[in-house]
Amino acid sequence: MSDRETLGAALARCGISRRALLKYSSYLATLMALPPAASSAMAEALAKARRQSVIWLSFQECTGCTESLTRSFSPTLEDLIFNLISLDYHHTLMAVSGAAAEAARLEAMKENAGKYLVVVDGSVPLGDDGAYSTIAGITNRQMLTETVEHALAVISVGTCAAFGGLPHADPNPTGAVPVSAIVTGKPVINISGCPPLPEAMAGTVSYILSFGKLPELDHLHRPKAFFGDSIHDRCYRRPFYERGMFAKSFDDDGARNGWCLYELGCKGPVTYNSCATLKWNGGTSFPIQSGHGCLGCSEPGFWDKGGFYRPLAAGTGSPGVAVGAAAIGGVAVGAASAALHRRRLHDQGGEKPK
Amino acid sequence: MTLLDAARGPVLQLALAIFAFGVAWRLSSLLLLPFARDKSLPRTGAPPAAFAALREILRRSWPQKSFGRASLFMTVNSYVFHLGLALIVFAFAPHILFIKSLFGVSWGNLPNNVIYAVAVVTVASLAAALIRRISNPVQRIISTFDDYVAWFVTLLPVLTGLAAASHLIARYETLLAIHILSVALFLAWLPFGKLMHAFLVFVTRGMTGAYLSRRGAQL
Repeated sequence: MSDRETLGAALARCGISRRALLKYSSYLATLMALPPAASSAMAEALAKARRQSVIWLSFQECTGCTESLTRSFSPTLEDLIFNLISLDYHHTLMAVSGAAAEAARLEAMKENAGKYLVVVDGSVPLGDDGAYSTIAGITNRQMLTETVEHALAVISVGTCAAFGGLPHADPNPTGAVPVSAIVTGKPVINISGCPPLPEAMAGTVSYILSFGKLPELDHLHRPKAFFGDSIHDRCYRRPFYERGMFAKSFDDDGARNGWCLYELGCKGPVTYNSCATLKWNGGTSFPIQSGHGCLGCSEPGFWDKGGFYRPLAAGTGSPGVAVGAAAIGGVAVGAASAALHRRRLHDQGGEKPK
Repeated sequence: MTLLDAARGPVLQLALAIFAFGVAWRLSSLLLLPFARDKSLPRTGAPPAAFAALREILRRSWPQKSFGRASLFMTVNSYVFHLGLALIVFAFAPHILFIKSLFGVSWGNLPNNVIYAVAVVTVASLAAALIRRISNPVQRIISTFDDYVAWFVTLLPVLTGLAAASHLIARYETLLAIHILSVALFLAWLPFGKLMHAFLVFVTRGMTGAYLSRRGAQL
């Protein structure tokens, strides 16, 4: 496919009919809660869109995000959309190309200045001058800074890129920071999750391609269409929460009968994502449906929230020592004040107390 | 660190430490004070001190007939919000989990919807108590700043808890953080004001009963 060929023509060449594209656009528009007319507008725009130049940078990450997005359970239209964008640089996929890959990145930046999207997965290490992760002899920070300079927008894919993720967890030995800590002056869209939902990625890219603007974002710069509701609010186990019926262990009758996993540490009430509605593996299931509480993986600092199996209602710290010491201190002060009172009575020649 | 992280972590720990210090200080300084020796002989037929104390604790749980209807509203209303607060604190599953995280003990819970209903009644009852305090001339005169602070720090956790449960006004995590902060305020204030009656109410009633019974007072 040439760069000048439209997506519609390329899809038709791959055997994707206009009707299928309309269905897919309706699906995306529904996911993103767009008005009914938006689906046909989206289909028209997608069909006429030319290949979007994308530069995909991978920093401190586990490749789980790329795996999630490129290895869906079966070939889907999302795959084709990804195949049809002009993926001019992807570090993981092009690693063996060495200097040629880097040349492709620089050439794409030059040819599409102001138009290309930068997709980043992984956090950026700043400790020890960024020595913990380098590509082609330059640090991740240098590569990110020079790549985003003439970009249209930056999409941080996965919690590591969006919020620092696992590398950022205490004690953060590499000094990892999220992309938004470095990129200024460019729109940054965070599609968090460990890994993120493929639909969120496909929907966001399609929206930008269709309407030429960014989707509505929440206060953490995530598309509201996919991160507008909490897992808890959309969870099929939610009615059991209201009834006060909670699983006490992962294999008890309550857990098997769909009771709420709140007591087992589920972070669904404070986690915003679409897992409970879109689910994974083609809508088969999601962690809570499989019997495990939500880890809160699409939220900042989810590794450092006091433990995955600690209920949300419990504090994050262990106050035992501090509270015990405070109580002992209180008794000591109280006893001292009582002793002072006794001495004062004695000095005044009062009655000897019992 | 987010507001919720701060509330669940250092703020809650600090509040618990202040609470533990304050309660230990108040109780020890009171209980370790010297007792004046009572040289009088107990009246004939005076019951043992422990029995007299227990009897007084029970007797003062309902007003005497001589007070008639004058104190009926305050008595019933006080029972409503005290029982409501007890149910909210000790029968709501997330609160039981919080207590379990501190002391390692837990018990059964009521359905959340029942607790929400109890909380609404409790808020109404607390509002009625404030209206009564302001509208009754005698109560208004004897009320101090501490009375109003005690009312406020008691109401706040119930209100913020209801708001969090119903996702009113703001996002859940923000409301939950505010709720925990309001609980922290309640814990930090409790030992230093009239809310300390939670620990002292039966002590003072018992002491009064034992003291007066020995002297033959017909309570």
